[in-house]
Amino acid sequence: MVDLRVKIGRITLKNPVMPASGTFSEGLARVFSFDHLGAVVTKTITAELRGGNPTPRVAEVGQGMLNSIGIPSKGVLNFIDHIMPEYQRFSAPLVVSVSAPTAESFAEIVRQLNIPGIAAIEANISCPNIEEDGKAFAMRAKSTAAVVDQLRKATALPLWVKLTPNTGDVGVVARAAQDSGADALVVANTILAMSIDTETFRPRLGSIMGGYSGPAIKPIILRMVYQCAQIVDIPIIGCGGITTTEDAVEYLLAGATAVQVGTATFVRPNAMLDVVEGLTRFCERKNIDRVSELTGAVRDRGMHVDKLEALP
Amino acid sequence: MLSTPAVNADENEPIRAAAAFDVADTQALVTSNAAVNAEYFHLTLAAAGLAMTAKAGQFFNIACPATDKDLPYLRRPMSVYRVVPAKGEVEFLYKVTGAGTRGLATLRAGDSTAILGPLGNGFGLDPGWKNIVVVGRGVGLATLAPLAEMAAERGIEVTAILSARTRALVMSVQRFIDAGAQVEVITDDDGSSDPDNVERLLVGLIESGRADAFFTCGSNRLMLLLKRVGATFQIPGQVAMEQQMACGLGMCFCCVRNFDSSHGPEQRRVCLDGPVFPLSEALSW
Repeated sequence: MVDLRVKIGRITLKNPVMPASGTFSEGLARVFSFDHLGAVVTKTITAELRGGNPTPRVAEVGQGMLNSIGIPSKGVLNFIDHIMPEYQRFSAPLVVSVSAPTAESFAEIVRQLNIPGIAAIEANISCPNIEEDGKAFAMRAKSTAAVVDQLRKATALPLWVKLTPNTGDVGVVARAAQDSGADALVVANTILAMSIDTETFRPRLGSIMGGYSGPAIKPIILRMVYQCAQIVDIPIIGCGGITTTEDAVEYLLAGATAVQVGTATFVRPNAMLDVVEGLTRFCERKNIDRVSELTGAVRDRGMHVDKLEALP
Repeated sequence: MLSTPAVNADENEPIRAAAAFDVADTQALVTSNAAVNAEYFHLTLAAAGLAMTAKAGQFFNIACPATDKDLPYLRRPMSVYRVVPAKGEVEFLYKVTGAGTRGLATLRAGDSTAILGPLGNGFGLDPGWKNIVVVGRGVGLATLAPLAEMAAERGIEVTAILSARTRALVMSVQRFIDAGAQVEVITDDDGSSDPDNVERLLVGLIESGRADAFFTCGSNRLMLLLKRVGATFQIPGQVAMEQQMACGLGMCFCCVRNFDSSHGPEQRRVCLDGPVFPLSEALSW
């Protein structure tokens, strides 16, 4: 029997597969039981009430999805009173994704979530749809350090920090998050993108730009996981275009300890279960006893990145 | 190809379905998929399990095959045209308009594709209603056709006002007649689909006591007309709405529309809160 358990800091997950925030809700429990998942990750909640963005909110672009939802949120109390109980009937650890426009308000929302039943906080410091100061915290090391430092002081819960791919130097941002007290990194979020309808000349999203996700972005985020894994010691959770078992294995080999499946769930609601089952079969075929042995097991010894083509 | 290899109809068990779940992703075998006119296709799939519980107004999120030209990534929501549990069949009527439906149109008998459902709330029939008026246009008629049968089963008389650009494009007339509906075909080319004429028809039905409720799908103009006439004469109504979707399960929040509510305007998800909404709360799309 293959051991699928992985450790993210002090939490042990029964397997390394969980949903990506925003691509999952309690509604999926109509299709399968969350008991099969390594963890569940909520949609991002914010302290303030948010309505979300104008439609169209989604466009199909190549093998991927461009979206600009805008984080509709009914606030923290609504989450605690109405959403959390829906997840309590499942054994999978509950990871709560949070976001806020300032470091201080970020810390405040995290303080409100110091309650039993929450296994970890995922700080979404990367969502490109939030307009507030125009730039996400995770675009720069300094603003990342500032917000993670405040979050670390605000909670004793395991703190996962979700980075953005929309930065020139993801490794430096990753290190800043680690040095400021993150217990794990989620690498990464959607890529800022746009699409124009050539018949109407109009942007295909109601808010012009949005986040690009799905299979099309996998090689880009995989590269970022690899880069971050060279730099940090804390566990990395890979998130970007994972659809199949092999996609998940690639991320583990690149240095991830666990993976998040996102957009694929919209296309195949059972995608996460398929990856969980597929990992067992993969490890059996490869005579691997523990899935954790795959983490960072890419055979790159003696190989070098071309400095002319690579980002720092 | 996004669709998986063909399977035997009797192996069409919903993927991992169990009693606790009410939505299943089912690999369904194509029985037939044929053009009904210049614009529309009629797809019949063999399926079993939860798919057979679909009601009028509910929908499935359907995986659309890739073609030489298109590689549709997301699924496409399609309302149920007919479910025949005795035969283990579910049918869809769709207009070929883009990458997804162009892919669907390439399906042949013996192929299979994944259908997630049944999704959404479906139409509701109040036990007190004796006569309903169904007004639809274009592909909206596909959504309304099973409602006529559901009403007939409950002894409710149906008047169906079916609208299209031309008489040749009006679909499902025989289906409504077979369900016992009084059918009135209105078209753009003879001017009978003009809102003033439709309003006259509606008022006539109200005055003769044949309009306990309105149902509509497929036309913003008809929806607004029914809403106004319904408000004037205190006739309740329901509208089935469309919107771009990704997941169909309420997760992605892509398919929101604005609605009136008792506490002001609000956004609702068409997939989860609908796709059938009270006519009185619907807003122009």
